[in-house]
Amino acid sequence: MTTTPRTLYQKIWDDHVIHTDENGTSLIYIDRHLVHEVTSPQAFEGLKMANRPVQRIDATLAVCDHNVPTTTDRLEEGGMNEESRIQVETLYKNCEDFGVQLFDMADKRQGIVHIIGPEQGFTQPGMTIVCGDSHTSTHGAFGALAFGIGTSEVEHVLATQTLIQKPAKSMRITVNGELGDGVTAKDMILAIIGEIGTAGGTGYVLEYAGDAVQSLSMEGRMTMCNMSIEGGARAGLIAPDATTFDYLKGRPMAPQAEQWDKAVAYWATLKSDEGATYDKEVVLDAADIAPTVTWGTTPEDVMPITGVVPAPSDFDDEAKQKSVARMLDYMGLTAGTPLTDITVDKIFIGSCTNGRIEDLRAVAKVVEGKTIAPNIKLAMVVPGSGLVKEQAEAEGIAEILINAGFDWREAGCSMCLGMNPDQLEPQERCASTSNRNFEGRQGRGGRTHLMSPAMAAAAAITGKLTDIREL
Amino acid sequence: MEKFDKLSAIAAPLRMINVDTDIIIPKQFLKTVKRTGLGVNAFNDIRYNEDGSEKTDFVLNKDAYRDAGILITGENFGCGSSREHAPWAILDMGIRCLIAPSFADIFYNNSFKNGILPIQLPQEQVDQLMDEAETNPEAPLEIDLENQTIKRGNKFSFDFDIDPFRKHCLLNGLDDIGLTLEKKAHIADFENNDKQKRSWLYKS
Repeated sequence: MTTTPRTLYQKIWDDHVIHTDENGTSLIYIDRHLVHEVTSPQAFEGLKMANRPVQRIDATLAVCDHNVPTTTDRLEEGGMNEESRIQVETLYKNCEDFGVQLFDMADKRQGIVHIIGPEQGFTQPGMTIVCGDSHTSTHGAFGALAFGIGTSEVEHVLATQTLIQKPAKSMRITVNGELGDGVTAKDMILAIIGEIGTAGGTGYVLEYAGDAVQSLSMEGRMTMCNMSIEGGARAGLIAPDATTFDYLKGRPMAPQAEQWDKAVAYWATLKSDEGATYDKEVVLDAADIAPTVTWGTTPEDVMPITGVVPAPSDFDDEAKQKSVARMLDYMGLTAGTPLTDITVDKIFIGSCTNGRIEDLRAVAKVVEGKTIAPNIKLAMVVPGSGLVKEQAEAEGIAEILINAGFDWREAGCSMCLGMNPDQLEPQERCASTSNRNFEGRQGRGGRTHLMSPAMAAAAAITGKLTDIREL
Repeated sequence: MEKFDKLSAIAAPLRMINVDTDIIIPKQFLKTVKRTGLGVNAFNDIRYNEDGSEKTDFVLNKDAYRDAGILITGENFGCGSSREHAPWAILDMGIRCLIAPSFADIFYNNSFKNGILPIQLPQEQVDQLMDEAETNPEAPLEIDLENQTIKRGNKFSFDFDIDPFRKHCLLNGLDDIGLTLEKKAHIADFENNDKQKRSWLYKS
């Protein structure tokens, strides 16, 4: 028997199709659903109005993360503003009413939804995973088809454990060779977005491949898949391998005993077949990637740290030229300025992109025995979960960071999106390990430069954008 | 969901590319637990000054476009977050149709779930519609979903593409959940088979 070679994406898709209509629209099964307080209240309200239950409470996990303050007094009366408190309490109430498992603020397993899924072993290879959050693409690092959905679809999944979908196109992004010193998964994904553009992945599921990807830890793979959406793709995938299985083994929600063996046997089949074809292929050489930062207000506006701020005339397209002029004005930058001359006011280390233990280790390594520059108004480290925080404290990382002058916070989304008290003031400039540099994202008028944890740590020490390799 | 068949409305040109969801509805307005009432906050940072007064250069603040029901905009509209607050806010402002060379996937999908019709057209046609909307703002644009056409009187007519299933749902105001629950037996069959194949995913 001969079968057509399939991509990893096609294999996962095929294993989840329930029914396909004659017009090509499919109903697909959703294995796991993560829920948070911002995009779920209207969905639960819809269920209540229609008197519908949550279809599979064993496949649903809720956590509060977007709104929660990261200060240590957050559990106290008045620790949270009224609107946030209502949204968080609405989640608690909905989880209680529908029987959904919840990590509340007092739970040490609480954290950013895309950090806790993998950490608990809730995220596994070959699954379909959704959440009302675009960074659900993070879970693709495990070889799961994971993507963000809107609130109407959150309600649809809660009610039916399915989604109505059409197959996406496929794009393989291969990064060959070995990353240089000081170059990380974050630099690699920023460089990729710079290459394909913020809409380059629209309509595609990305598969990351090549030596530079395969040699990454799970943390690095999650950083890459996380930012697939910044390249326009709803999902990014990396084929699971021994690194994946080692990470998952023994986690609380991972399969145990004979179920583990059965799962691994299945997971091992989850890779693109030899000869499988993609709708698009992109190939990069790891050696060409330098530590990378953004200078504008879309994630495609990237530049190696050795570069200078571009001018509108550096771009061919008229709409882009106009957009660049607006960006330079918003960012308070002058064309031709070396990036390493740009001074910053605040440092943010955290988010679902870079809030994991390995990220904090990288920061500690840079700042150990040093102190933050005098012009830095605030340098904050926000662990991705209560468990990351606990581990960092046990490893002595927290102490190193605190001694260097960093604020050491409780877990949450924090300044990545400024829905909570952690925000930039107008015109403040931030070296940030998060994922979006949109206008106003980190606070109205705030200016964001995206970069790796090590690069943000270096900026904290020198007070300006810095080439980590020179520090 | 409200049906969408025909729409005749003023079209406003928003000449920006990569309008992201943080621009459409900034994060401080996501704390609502309702779907309605977000219209006043739509495009907040480009629409209002810090003192709350209106910015005169924002297209929907101009008298000619205040009652617009159609927004014409640049490529990659709606990029960024999955927040459905973005289409909720646009709908709450009275906009039922968006026209752009391209949309971000999640936003595009979310629009249909709320009775908004996003129309993708080639850049040249979008440019022409923008120019028309600027030079001749008071003439309404006529959208006919059934026939998949955009017209302005006898001046011009463009055809547009749309997925047949989405079109069907919009024309009839259909609720996806109701449609899916009609396939309950298929879902049960899938689960029964899958429990054999991937038993570790189900609580025994």
